[in-house]
Amino acid sequence: MLAEKALDLVRELQRSLDGTLSPYNEDKIRQVLEEMQTLFDQNKDKAHFAAEGQTHLLSAIQLRHAAIRRNKRCLLAYLYNRLEQIKKMRWEFSSVLPSDVKYNMCEQEVQWFNQYNRLLANYMRSLGDNGGLDLTQDMKPPKALYVLVRCLVDHGEFETQDGTTILLKKNSQHYLMRAECEHLIRQGILEHIVQ
Amino acid sequence: MAEELDVSDILQEENGVDEEEEDDDDEEAMTAPEVLQKLEEAWLNEKFSPELLPVKSNLVECMLAQINAMEMNIENAKKADLRVSIHRMEIDRIRFVVSSYLRRRLAKIEKFTSHVLQEEAKRRDTDAPLLSDAELEFAKGYEANMKNHLASTALKHMPTNAATFNDKEMAVLPQLDSYVFLRVNETTENVLVEEASVDVGEEIMDLEKGDQHIMMYKPISALVESGAVSLI
Repeated sequence: MLAEKALDLVRELQRSLDGTLSPYNEDKIRQVLEEMQTLFDQNKDKAHFAAEGQTHLLSAIQLRHAAIRRNKRCLLAYLYNRLEQIKKMRWEFSSVLPSDVKYNMCEQEVQWFNQYNRLLANYMRSLGDNGGLDLTQDMKPPKALYVLVRCLVDHGEFETQDGTTILLKKNSQHYLMRAECEHLIRQGILEHIVQ
Repeated sequence: MAEELDVSDILQEENGVDEEEEDDDDEEAMTAPEVLQKLEEAWLNEKFSPELLPVKSNLVECMLAQINAMEMNIENAKKADLRVSIHRMEIDRIRFVVSSYLRRRLAKIEKFTSHVLQEEAKRRDTDAPLLSDAELEFAKGYEANMKNHLASTALKHMPTNAATFNDKEMAVLPQLDSYVFLRVNETTENVLVEEASVDVGEEIMDLEKGDQHIMMYKPISALVESGAVSLI
């Protein structure tokens, strides 16, 4: 069926929409592009005859044209939504992505990501007059100044704002300032204990 | 909310911010709690409105300066002082509102990039700016980056009649007919809710102060901008 491969790409997106990034399906993208090219070439041949009065060819041409447009739409949707996914991870993990995510990105996506990082960093630096404001902090409304956290992994030493050093050892519990450990909680190093 | 304002009252006495703000604002001078309240209103409006609203750079800058001033004050204070932790908490809260406001704006800019840029280009000089300078720069960069990516991965390889990116066809537009909750701040009469069409006549409503409604966003978008209603 026409444009089925493109639809496959969109399906693939839908299946992986739970905070993961599926591998960049270069093969299928190429197949879709080839299909578009073939359809286009066929249309070019037939358009010549249609112009000469063989009007029964017109509906086939229109169908192929619609298929080209559908392919384009699906393909762009696939690419765009992958970027959305990558963007979401930028806000969650900070500017360094985990290696398994990086592995699933194509070269252009890595480039796009670097550029996005630069734009975002420039924007955040321009806020206020004291070296900027990190918008990836303070994601949730603050309830209390300090939170009780438990270490999930051995993270090593951690220096707090007032200069004391604490050892973040697996399964140890600490009472830390929320603003300081928000990043660590989101990265899965600490766990917020809700009482 | 009441508690928060109380705390800001205390802070304002201590920081003496009144002088600092006057030169910063071209309107009448506002006190810190008033600025914060305005910012909170802007934040809620931005949060619930489907489209991007004009930027409130003044409020954001003022509040960020305020945070800095408060942080300086804390550094000078004694550690064991109870007021220190209350101030810290207040800083956290203000910073959350500011960050959340700016984040929400960025998300909208990213989503409606080309639409936002068109609107900004259409804007006359006398109107309030839709984007701050930094946001404008971000939006332009973001659009170029996105187009560049789509072109290099797909569009470049497509047959010639499909190889262009058509803004009119592809751009994501805000859903202006979505419904919003609102509270009326100033009594406004004769609001045209629905224009006359073939099967129904036009619907006109009076909004009275203190009322709360669920309405379509489009007819009241101007009122949100003027502050006659706020979204909740």
